[in-house]
Amino acid sequence: MRAIYYIAQKELKDGLRNRWIIAITLIFALLSIGISWFGAAASGVIGFTSIPNTIFSLASLAVFIIPLISLLLAYDAIVGEDEDGTLLLLLTYPLSKMQLLLGKLAGHGLILGISTLLGFGSAALTIALFTDSVDLIMLSFAFARFILSATLLGEIFVSIAYFISVLASEKSKAAGMALISWFLFVFAFDLTLLGILVGTKGQLNPELFPYLLLLNPTDIFRLINLIGFEGNGSGLFVMASDIEFSIPVLFLMLFAWLLFPLILTLWIFKRRTI
Amino acid sequence: MSVVQLNQVSHVYRRISTVNGLTLNIYKGEVLGLFGHNGAGKTTTMKLILGLLKPCQGSVSVFGRPPSASSFSRYRYQLGFLPENVSFYQQLSGREVLSYFATLKKVNKSRVTQLLDEVGLGEACRRKVKTYSKGMKQRLGLAQALLTEPRLLLLDEPTVGLDPIATQDFYAMVDQLRQSGSSVVLCSHVLPGVEKHIDRAAILGNGSLQALGTLSELRQQAKLPIKILIHGKMNREAIASKFYGRAFNIQEINGQVMALSTRQDQKIGVLRELLNQSNVSDIDVHAPSLEDIYRYFVANSAKNPPSIKHKGASKQEAE
Repeated sequence: MRAIYYIAQKELKDGLRNRWIIAITLIFALLSIGISWFGAAASGVIGFTSIPNTIFSLASLAVFIIPLISLLLAYDAIVGEDEDGTLLLLLTYPLSKMQLLLGKLAGHGLILGISTLLGFGSAALTIALFTDSVDLIMLSFAFARFILSATLLGEIFVSIAYFISVLASEKSKAAGMALISWFLFVFAFDLTLLGILVGTKGQLNPELFPYLLLLNPTDIFRLINLIGFEGNGSGLFVMASDIEFSIPVLFLMLFAWLLFPLILTLWIFKRRTI
Repeated sequence: MSVVQLNQVSHVYRRISTVNGLTLNIYKGEVLGLFGHNGAGKTTTMKLILGLLKPCQGSVSVFGRPPSASSFSRYRYQLGFLPENVSFYQQLSGREVLSYFATLKKVNKSRVTQLLDEVGLGEACRRKVKTYSKGMKQRLGLAQALLTEPRLLLLDEPTVGLDPIATQDFYAMVDQLRQSGSSVVLCSHVLPGVEKHIDRAAILGNGSLQALGTLSELRQQAKLPIKILIHGKMNREAIASKFYGRAFNIQEINGQVMALSTRQDQKIGVLRELLNQSNVSDIDVHAPSLEDIYRYFVANSAKNPPSIKHKGASKQEAE
C-alpha cells in the first residue's frame, strides 16, 4: 500500500511540476464559465439560462475534452518509463506491477479530480453567486453528479491510455494510438450507431439502441448527466431517454469501463518483455 | 555460501537463444566480472538474476529463492541494480529522484543526503536531472543502487561516462562493499582497470560460459605467453640461440629495447639467465592482461562450441 501511495505522490508532483494541473484547471474553468454564460447565445439569450441547459452544454463539451486530456496525460505512463530505463529499475524494486499501475492510476486520478473539481466547481460557484433565484440544492446536486462522473470518465480514459501504453513499443506510437482511440470513442462510435439506425430504417429493434450506448463510456457519461432533466438530448439520446437507466446502474457501468482496460493492461504488462 | 545460483539456465527470446546452459554461482563477499561481446548474453544473465526474466530451462536462485516469483518482493530490499542506460525523471531534481527511489525501498532521508555527498552530487542535487551530464546520471544511478547497502549488487557498465577519479572512487566503493560481505556482479566493456577489483571473471560468448575463474587460473588455462622487455645493448641472434625453444616472437623494438615472449612455466628460468647477462640494464615483465585473456577466450568461442569449465569455484568452497 505504501508503494502505491508513493507512486501516486510522485505522479501528482509531476502533474504540478509540468503545469498539467494548472493548465487543465484553467481550461475547464474558462470553458465552463463561458458555457454557463454564453451557452444559449445562439438562441439570442446571454447569461445563465437553466441548470439542465448548462449541464447539457457542459457535458457535450466535457465529452470531447476530458478523454483527450486524459489520454494525453497518461499515454506514456508505461512506454515512457520503459524508454527512460526507469521501468527496468522500478521492477527490481520491492514493488509489483499491479502496485505500479494502481499508484499511477491514483496519481493521475488525483490530477484529474483536482482539476475537474476546481475547474467546473468554479462555474457552479459563479452561477450560485451571480444568479438570483437559482435552486442551490439542485445546482449542487447537478454539479456534484457532473464532477463525479467527469472525473470517472477521465479515469476511464487514463486506464485506456495505460492499455495503449503497455501495447506500444515506442512513445510516438502510443501517442498515435491514443489519438485514434479518442476519435473512435468520441466521434466514430456515435456516428456509426446513427448510421446503422438510419440505414436500417428501423428494421432493427429500436429498443436495442439505448443499450448499445452502454458500450461507449462517453455515452454513459452523457446519459448520467441527462437523466432527471426533461426535454434535453438530441440524436441517439432522444431514444435513450425513453429507457430508464437508473443512475447507480450507469455509475456501475462506468466502473466496469474503468476496470476492463485496467485488467487487460495488467495482463499484458505481466507478459511484456522488459 | 552462494548468493546466486544459476543451474543449466537457458533463455530463448523470439526463438533466438540468448543464454544457453549457463551454470554459475556467485558467492558471498565476491566480486564477479561478467564479460562478453555485444549480444553474448550479459544483460540477459543480469535480468535472469534480477527475476525480470524467467528461465525457459534450468533454475535461478537468489538468496536461495527464485527471483521471478512474486514472493521474492521482500528480498528485493537487499538487491541493488544499476542499469546500463537510465535517464531518470528529467523534470525532477537529483535529490527528488533519489528520494523517490528511497521511499520505495523504505530508506530514510539522511541516507539520501549521505549518498548524494558520497557520489559527489552534493552540490548538484538541487538541479533538474535533465541538466546532468552522462557521468552525473551514472553517479545518481550508483547512489540509487547503494541505497540499502545491498547484499547483492548488479552493475551494468558502471564506469561508462565516469572520469578517472570518479572511476577510482567507484572501485573504492566496490572494494568496501565486498569487505562488508556484499556480492557484486560487474558487467563491463572497459577491461583495463577492472582486474584489480574482481575476484573472478566469467567470460560469456554466444550465450554460454567460455571461461570462469580467477585471473591467474584463466591465465593458466589460456596458456598465454608472457612478454619480457629487455633494455640494454643486445644481439638479436645471440638471444635467439641462447633461448632457443624457450623464447619466441623475438623482436628488436629499437637499439635499446628487445621484446621476447615465453611460456609461464619457463618464465623464471629465462629471467634468471637474463639477469646474469651483464649488458642487461632493465627488465619489464608483462603478464597477459584481462584484455588478452578475454580476447583469447572470445576468439576461442568463435572457433569451437562451448566447453564449460568450472574452475575457480574450489577456492570459495574451501572458505
